[in-house]
Amino acid sequence: MNHMEYMEGMEIIESDMLDKVISAMEAYDYDKYTERDVLLALSRDTLTPEDFGALLSPAALPYLEEMAQRAQRETRKHFGNSIAMFTPLYIANYCENYCIYCGFNCYNKIRRAKLTEEEIEREMAEIAKTGLQEILILTGESRKMSDVDYIASACAIAKKYFKVVGVEVYPMNSDEYAKLHKSGADFVTVFQETYNSDKYETLHLEGHKRIFPYRFYAQERAVMGGMRGVGFAALLGLDDFRKDAFATGMHAYLLQKKYPHAEIAFSCPRLRPILNNDKINPKDVHERQLLQVICAYRIFMPFAAITISTRECERFRDNVINIAATKISAGVDVGIGGHAGDKKGDEQFEISDSRNVDEVFEAIKNQGLQPVMSDYIYV
Amino acid sequence: MEDKLILNGHEFTSRFILGSGKYSLELIKAAVENAGAQIITLALRRAQGGETENILDYIPKNVTLLPNTSGARNADEAVRIARLAREMGCGDFVKIEAIRDTKYLLPDNYETLKATETLAKEGFVVMPYMYPDLNFARDLQNAGAACIMPLGSPIGSNKGLCTKEFIKILIDEIDLPIIVDAGIGRPSQACEAMEMGAAAVMANTAIATAGDVPAMAHAFKRAIEAGRAAYLAGMGSVVETGARASSPLTGFLHD
Repeated sequence: MNHMEYMEGMEIIESDMLDKVISAMEAYDYDKYTERDVLLALSRDTLTPEDFGALLSPAALPYLEEMAQRAQRETRKHFGNSIAMFTPLYIANYCENYCIYCGFNCYNKIRRAKLTEEEIEREMAEIAKTGLQEILILTGESRKMSDVDYIASACAIAKKYFKVVGVEVYPMNSDEYAKLHKSGADFVTVFQETYNSDKYETLHLEGHKRIFPYRFYAQERAVMGGMRGVGFAALLGLDDFRKDAFATGMHAYLLQKKYPHAEIAFSCPRLRPILNNDKINPKDVHERQLLQVICAYRIFMPFAAITISTRECERFRDNVINIAATKISAGVDVGIGGHAGDKKGDEQFEISDSRNVDEVFEAIKNQGLQPVMSDYIYV
Repeated sequence: MEDKLILNGHEFTSRFILGSGKYSLELIKAAVENAGAQIITLALRRAQGGETENILDYIPKNVTLLPNTSGARNADEAVRIARLAREMGCGDFVKIEAIRDTKYLLPDNYETLKATETLAKEGFVVMPYMYPDLNFARDLQNAGAACIMPLGSPIGSNKGLCTKEFIKILIDEIDLPIIVDAGIGRPSQACEAMEMGAAAVMANTAIATAGDVPAMAHAFKRAIEAGRAAYLAGMGSVVETGARASSPLTGFLHD
């Protein structure tokens, strides 16, 4: 299956964004930047893509403290001390894709499950009791087991309990996004995983996810379908993280340029380096590199939301919300069911921060920050 | 006669409109008190029900709520948010924000005008946030706006009165209170706006991001009062090029 060719039923939109992002990424040579480029980038009011490239380069790493200081100023300017709270809810873990790094992949022998509408409602009612007003609905990527109507009804149920509803599901056509939007969802997140299409091909062996361009254009189709905001991410560490972070930023930058009203969000998942490994791999994403990426996103697009995942530990998350992240999950369970009843299906990955809503709430307050349950309005 | 800010017949003695976003909820009361503010803005998107940390619970009851329509991308959405604010008991005041640019958050004057027309007819006290353009300001006045709220510089930028000359034109030409909104970063800039003849100043980020929020609210209060007093006193003129010439150009005139 050619990973660059659309499958039947996949909507093709008129856009040159993919070519622009990929050629910018291919031209991005992070080794060419010097200390001077980094300082110049940091001195600018509004950064160019070239400046963004400098901040992601190895030359910027010695200036991580300066980057963090600037990132914090930008965050305060645009968000004040507000930190949005939310929780993800996995409603199904069936998947048709074979992505070699993912716990949900179709060959992985895990307990598969799908919540019924009653179960979704029970889970949501339970989550709403914690005071949260924003929810992110997730599924494994199976159109067959979790079709658009099923996800739409989950959105409609969510709208009864929450002010803000986001979805992180398989990429869809714009009319399908419009359907979800009508059912109450306002935000769509799709991780591209890696923007290197050759690498992408070797990691996504089967299923519709293998189709690189269809996934790439998901955010644009979501905006066309009426969604208020879209989220971007590369799974840092799958390939060259500097190139992937650069492409992620460029993808978001070009989308916002084309659709200036779209709200932009970044997520920053990473594959952890293997500890106690004697060989130091320059492409490993340690905490310093991850923070560098997060700060570069913030300084390049100061108005974008940045979400910090439970893949990271409490210490890292609590510190990064004080610098650049503006959104944090709490009370997270990445299995199927388990908020209100017994768990029916297994987890996608292991989380590193299992604090409940009250604990995260307190941790935010203890830093002099303001937890915000809802900062959006569905109109 | 007492110097009052009048918005559609509603009278206020304070000329400082305080924002409630971007800082901790428990500081709001102290900030309002230190600011002496009688009007506080509130993003409706932050105040939609919910029992945990509802911003409405933190705003003192004796101040006038000014819900804004932030989050609206066009007139239609602004109108719906304004109506929702009224239904929620936030009163009849509304600050129109219609913004379809997430990067700079610059207001869309055309959409703002359309929302103003609709909401003024529905009896709202409409306070439109706009880019200082004389023609649009006139249209907003004709559409029933209670005041005009031109931006000083991009929202949250703390860059002060970048649009000074254009705001001056609005002050000279428009018979409505001109309230400078957005971009005011320091008390001195607020003072300058008031000296120019602005009817009031709205500020949020400058106070929210200060080391001591209530103390900065107080500093702004005093700056705004000083600027207003100077404006009322009549600013002295400054001779720019030294003393008067001894051989005036008009010396030839005889009768």
